[in-house]
Amino acid sequence: MSKVLLQVINLSKSYKDKNYWLNRKSVAALAPISFDIMAHKTLAIVGETGSGKSTLAKLLVGAELPTTGHIRLNGQTLEPGNFKQRCQHVRMIFQDSGTTLNPSLTIEQLLDEPLQLNTDLDEAARHQLIRGTLQKVGLLADHMSFYPHMFSGGQKQRISLARAIILKPQVIILDEALASLDPSLRSQMINLLLDLQQQMGLAFILISHNLGIVRHFSDEMIVLCKGEVLEVGKTNEILQQPKHKYTKKLIMSQHFQLLHR
Amino acid sequence: MARDKIYQEEEFPTPLMQLWHNFKQPPVVVIGFGCFLFLIVLAILSSLITPYSPVENHLNDLLLPPAWSNDGNVSFLLGTDNLGRDMLSRLIHGTSLTFGLSIIVVMASLIIGVIIGSLSALTKGVKSSFLNHFLDVILSIPSLLLAIVIVAILGPGLENTLWAIIMVLIPQFVHITRNAVKEEFTKDYVLASRLDGANSFRILRYSVFPNIIEKLISQATLAQSAAILDIAALGFLGLGAPIPMPEWGAMLANGIDLFYIAPWTVYLPGLAILFSVIATNLVGEGMRHALKVRKEN
Repeated sequence: MSKVLLQVINLSKSYKDKNYWLNRKSVAALAPISFDIMAHKTLAIVGETGSGKSTLAKLLVGAELPTTGHIRLNGQTLEPGNFKQRCQHVRMIFQDSGTTLNPSLTIEQLLDEPLQLNTDLDEAARHQLIRGTLQKVGLLADHMSFYPHMFSGGQKQRISLARAIILKPQVIILDEALASLDPSLRSQMINLLLDLQQQMGLAFILISHNLGIVRHFSDEMIVLCKGEVLEVGKTNEILQQPKHKYTKKLIMSQHFQLLHR
Repeated sequence: MARDKIYQEEEFPTPLMQLWHNFKQPPVVVIGFGCFLFLIVLAILSSLITPYSPVENHLNDLLLPPAWSNDGNVSFLLGTDNLGRDMLSRLIHGTSLTFGLSIIVVMASLIIGVIIGSLSALTKGVKSSFLNHFLDVILSIPSLLLAIVIVAILGPGLENTLWAIIMVLIPQFVHITRNAVKEEFTKDYVLASRLDGANSFRILRYSVFPNIIEKLISQATLAQSAAILDIAALGFLGLGAPIPMPEWGAMLANGIDLFYIAPWTVYLPGLAILFSVIATNLVGEGMRHALKVRKEN
């Protein structure tokens, strides 16, 4: 159980300022960061806007190339830029469910794309797998011929989830994936995610600013501020005894919400 | 295997079908679209349905007025011109020249423009700028003047006119494609598709083009009304279709000397040009309206 699934070593990202041609300053979006994730566990990454948490998500999923450092999955290094290798193990659910689904494809075509590109299954097998996956996330096989605009926000988020788990990955990154949902849908989604975690042995990386979800959901957490890691540890310990002033502020600002939950 | 659908007859409209549904709401657009289709059918079937050849001279019936006039003859429904050629046959043949060729011209420049535009959107930096802007010089000169310049270099003739108009129309398609593709590439579903391991061409084919096709069609209708006017104008100036060809602009030029004694040789081709431009514009307007309605929902 306590096998290290994903190992992040010295990962960092800096952007070059494009405005100056000669004296290009580089802006550090993320200072070198290292952490491990076990299977069946959830790691939360918290921080304010601009703290580098979305950059970290993009680095992990491979949408951006890291400036330094590398990522290992089961001891094997994930090549930057090699999407075919990476997407079978690390998947991401985006924040805005409205724009992550191509409006001109049906749900079946949407879910078929990763399968066509990454598996050798024939059409019948893919169809069967799509049916099964839709059922797993609580949708019906009927929905296969629907178009994305026919769904509500929560259902779209479920489709994104189906798209994420259809390749049977080991790590799923939730980039504020729950923020746009209303509380009841959010708790439904969380329960669904926890169920899937148990069934499939997934590791989640939860990127969120909502400490309530983090407390409920995650086992460990990292607090980021301006690209720097401030605190790492068990979620309960950090939330009960925050060591850093920034973490305290973050908790104070959401104290009201935490009390009334 | 269980049935996926409980109600077999239930169908879900594709986004394009829905656009069509919005498109055909206003009656004016339906009429315009009907006229557009009518012109296409005329252009395709012109040689089958015309009563006479467009260059056949009926020397006994010179300058015959249309059939509803007292001097008219019903075997020449719209009258004849100064060489005794049947106006109706010439107008119908003219449809395939002026209107039909304008469609081909727009198709050609659309295809070239879309290819250059998408390459420009896929590349970066200087290469992208070059692809985007190397035809922009064309935009600095009025299109008709440029067509005249090109025809002056290549020599008059219908084919050269068509090349000139294709050249003139390309830049607008390059720009609209590039901007639309760039806009699509910022959307999350393109990133999601890229993370699935899709290459750029697959993304273009499945994620981008289905979502920008309407913009391209709406631009194409604008371009087509310009193309009709350009072909006719060059024909009128004697730079386009050569003399015996029943091109509408050339017919106008042919009839202009006889305007006082035989006005139908001028107003009939003029009305034909007006009719086709209005039909095209109505289709384009309907398209833009449908896109706007969809955006609002």
